[in-house]
Amino acid sequence: MLTQRLIACFDVIDGRVTKAQNFQDNIDVAPAAELAQRLYADQIDEIVFYDITASAQRRQIDLDTVREVAEHVFVPFTVGGGIRDLDDMFLVLKAGAEKISIDSMAVRNPDIIRAGAEAFGNQCIVLSTQVQRVGVRPDLPSGYEVFIDGARTATGLDAIEWVKRGADLGAGEIVVNSIDCDGTAAGYDLDITRAVADAVNVPVIASGGAGTVDHIAAGLTDGGASAAIISSILYSPRLERNVGVHELKVGLADRGVHMRPWVDAAS
Amino acid sequence: MIGVVDYRAGNAPSVMFALARLGIDATLVRTAAELADTDRIILPGVGAAGATIASLAESDLVPALRTRVVDDAVPFLGICIGLQVIFEHSEEGPTGGLGWLPGRVLRFPDTDRVPQIGWNRVELRRPHPLTAGLAPDPYCYFVNSYYAAPSDPDAVLGVTEYSETFCSMVAAGNIAATQFHAEKSGEIGLTILGNFARWDGTEC
Repeated sequence: MLTQRLIACFDVIDGRVTKAQNFQDNIDVAPAAELAQRLYADQIDEIVFYDITASAQRRQIDLDTVREVAEHVFVPFTVGGGIRDLDDMFLVLKAGAEKISIDSMAVRNPDIIRAGAEAFGNQCIVLSTQVQRVGVRPDLPSGYEVFIDGARTATGLDAIEWVKRGADLGAGEIVVNSIDCDGTAAGYDLDITRAVADAVNVPVIASGGAGTVDHIAAGLTDGGASAAIISSILYSPRLERNVGVHELKVGLADRGVHMRPWVDAAS
Repeated sequence: MIGVVDYRAGNAPSVMFALARLGIDATLVRTAAELADTDRIILPGVGAAGATIASLAESDLVPALRTRVVDDAVPFLGICIGLQVIFEHSEEGPTGGLGWLPGRVLRFPDTDRVPQIGWNRVELRRPHPLTAGLAPDPYCYFVNSYYAAPSDPDAVLGVTEYSETFCSMVAAGNIAATQFHAEKSGEIGLTILGNFARWDGTEC
């Protein structure tokens, strides 16, 4: 039986993992490669790496740091931030990533989803979305709007319409990142996560807001997500107490979530 | 020396990083001439089988791979798409596979989410040098919309459940393959890659 996944999320600036709250006020955590190795040893299921300033600075993604992480981590590794075209995707994959996350660029040019899926397979293209609850309007039937550029720019796109289009264009996974919940440690937005999971037949990843084991369990059950992105709970200096991957998995298993079993070093 | 086949749609770097971690010498192979200098071959893969075959054909690697793997019987490990392309036919598209083993490649039904992405259990059907040292029924990392159905049941080394029971590990003589990403399956995957580096291409 397929297990559900815990994905550690790195918001990287200058090769270092940082932690934001509601997409702002990033504070420093650790060098990306060092944190990645620690989490790999703790048997994280997957790592996603966002070069969060590449897009705004209109520069290429930090390939050296991508490679440094990939050299030390033998679990799946997704990279996003500032990916503009197939050549950028190719360079990131050659640096050792398995999957490409696209977000703002996909809204500006949805064809990049199709082109990426055709060139590298749809499993390679992760459509990441920043969504905010804005209330139901005629043009936003789900009540959730898609934002881009680090939650700064409203797009007028309805969240559900957008993820369906993204999956049709070839995205192999959808990340639902709630702007309202990001960095709050108050729990995922389960309503939109569930609505997206019901709307598409590709795996959906809950993101933004997990602060406790119960939040993660809720995202993976009530939220209908196949995987949960976590960061604050693992390493945010803002939280009084961080929780390790192993302890989280034990807690999730206790709550009936099917997780990858711990592998003893000897086996 | 292990040759890791490098082509545009592949993910050879991840495999090279995993082998480097294990201290195993390996070289990227892009041409038929380079392939001739290797005594073990890994064909990694991501994405689409059709694109992979096209990419291999473009590099003129199809006949050279056949010579080394089928005629010379060097130990071979296919990973993910590298498993699917060793069979004859695929539902994925009109392009045939390499056809080294009889069998077809089928798409998962839409009863579960497709692609399958995540860690899933591999039930090992028999002992094999490649799985030496692993605990029973290890969990490995899968990313696939398609799976292979070998015609010969003896070619099935491991099976996994997703919508149905499918073949997740292949072993037939010197040809072995994993549907999961051995290079991304943590310490279990590294164990398999380490075993491959020592494997002589026989069952015992």
